[in-house]
Amino acid sequence: MPLLEVQQLSIAFQQYTKGSRQQMVTVMEELDLAINEGEIVAVVGASGSGKSLLAHAIMGILPANAYISGSIRYNGEQLDEAKLKSLRGSEIALVPQSVSYLNPLIRVGKQLQTNKDSIEQHSERKGLFERFRLGEHVARLFPFQLSGGMARKVLVSTAALSRTRLIIADEPTPGMHPDDVAEALKQFKQLAAEGCAVLLITHDIEAAIRIADKVAVCYAGSIIEIAPASDFSGAGNELRHPYSQALWRALPQNGFIPISGTQPSMGLGLQGCLFADRCNRAVDACKVSRQESRQIRSGIVRCMHAT
Amino acid sequence: MLQRLAVFTGKKIIRLFLLLATVSIITFALVAMSPIDPVQSYIGADVMRVGTEQRAEIAAYWGLDKPFAERFIKWAGAMLQGDMGTSMIYRESVTKIIAERFIHSALLMAFAWSLSGVIGFAAGVVAALKRGSWIDRAITSYCYTLASTPAFWVGLLLMMVFAVWLGWLPIGLGVPAGMLAGTVTAADYIKHMILPGVTLSVVGIAPIALHTRQKLIEVMDSDYILFARARGESGASLFFRHALRNIALPAITLQFASFGELFGGAVLAEQVFSYPGLGQATVEAGLRGDVPLLMGLVLCSTLFVFTGNALADFFYQMVDPRLRLQKEAQR
Repeated sequence: MPLLEVQQLSIAFQQYTKGSRQQMVTVMEELDLAINEGEIVAVVGASGSGKSLLAHAIMGILPANAYISGSIRYNGEQLDEAKLKSLRGSEIALVPQSVSYLNPLIRVGKQLQTNKDSIEQHSERKGLFERFRLGEHVARLFPFQLSGGMARKVLVSTAALSRTRLIIADEPTPGMHPDDVAEALKQFKQLAAEGCAVLLITHDIEAAIRIADKVAVCYAGSIIEIAPASDFSGAGNELRHPYSQALWRALPQNGFIPISGTQPSMGLGLQGCLFADRCNRAVDACKVSRQESRQIRSGIVRCMHAT
Repeated sequence: MLQRLAVFTGKKIIRLFLLLATVSIITFALVAMSPIDPVQSYIGADVMRVGTEQRAEIAAYWGLDKPFAERFIKWAGAMLQGDMGTSMIYRESVTKIIAERFIHSALLMAFAWSLSGVIGFAAGVVAALKRGSWIDRAITSYCYTLASTPAFWVGLLLMMVFAVWLGWLPIGLGVPAGMLAGTVTAADYIKHMILPGVTLSVVGIAPIALHTRQKLIEVMDSDYILFARARGESGASLFFRHALRNIALPAITLQFASFGELFGGAVLAEQVFSYPGLGQATVEAGLRGDVPLLMGLVLCSTLFVFTGNALADFFYQMVDPRLRLQKEAQR
């Protein structure tokens, strides 16, 4: 049984259009994802493909005008608000993107503690500081005084307690020095080795395949393929979905081949496969109906052409 | 820390002296150019019985026949020695009048200032936390209405309701009329202060409430509140731990920086309620061309407003770690 199982998750926002007319805008549709203990699953995709929303939906911290449907199960049980209330910040932890997620007026050390901490966590946090080679003085600093690498370690240390069973890391590496990226990835790898499930949300495919067991590719609010990380190699022929292949081949070291067009904005009510307009293998049937997820070669794909 | 405090204070004091000098010159010049003839307003109703020669004598006694520059230098010289002169209309030393009236005004303003600060801050917090609800709309529309309402009009309205119709509170003055100074009790003082104080604070609530509301909405939408929620904080502890301090700072600063408006409001409120404070004396001195008193009051209010702004500055620099530590790092 997977630790976290997301099924048919759809997210819509209620928005004001002209004047006071309201409209529901769907930003994520029928997303399926599962993650086991000790496993690292990376969710990759371009900006605006809905990756961060997935993280916020699991944590239950979407804005008030968001509506979700589908099911999120944790440890076999439905993850509702009551359950989240006890799990947030204890068993389920979010590692945010940047230092702007820390309160600018509270010293780091004080800020790390939450009202769910007991003496055990208190000493554990101290231990983490040593393990991450953060000096004791760092606890007395304010967030704006942290360097990039220090901030990264501090943010990871908010989550890396032994009570944590699921870590959701939202873009933990952008704009970081390669050494710091390696350091951050090493930390996640180690957390997974200790039995944590890690959901790594990133647009850095290279970083993702370096540590992840499985990679889910997100496109226009939907996961179009979930593949073992090892499939991302060579010319990408092992990949199932044309978009995954295009994404892989667009990397500088893999040919640097761009494809035309842009990701359709979500909520347009498009028919058929969302990638059909940009796909060189698209046939009429692709434009008529949405493809269901299929299991192919130990991966999952939403494409009728996949083999 | 102490050294920084000394530098901060030193700089402020130099600025204050330059400001006071400039304000004195401008005020003196403005009064000299004013069409109000101090001799005429001094004589008042006795105008038929005072001849031209007598008028010239009064003018000479006050030194009004001398040129502008000479009068100013004489006044400034005395001022530097601590002598603020004698009021023409009250026939008492300016220092004494100001000291007496300052007590009344200071109490009134302190009362209004704390009342508007506390109520305004609380109203802003409630409005922001209940954004979009009826209570938010009620608070914001109250603030917008009040922000565009003149203080004297509010004062008249309150006086009409509470002093005339209901008769709960005295209609004006600082103490009951016709009572010996020795028999006036503290309760009497407070009773007379309530209406002008409330008038002043009712108007002062709007800016602090609107500002706090806006700031708290920003904070509640911020990444760090989102992350705090993701870490399991919610409700009151989320607000007190993560939001309160972040909005209290700008609110305190704003409240200290509002000393200018407070004094301006006091002039009007005191006038409406004939409250014997600095504001009322300023109006009297201005209308009757009482130069020494007016100069004294102008300098006093300048000092008052300047102190407020300096305190606002001080709090911001001392309390916000980003400003404080950056300054230390530059050194």
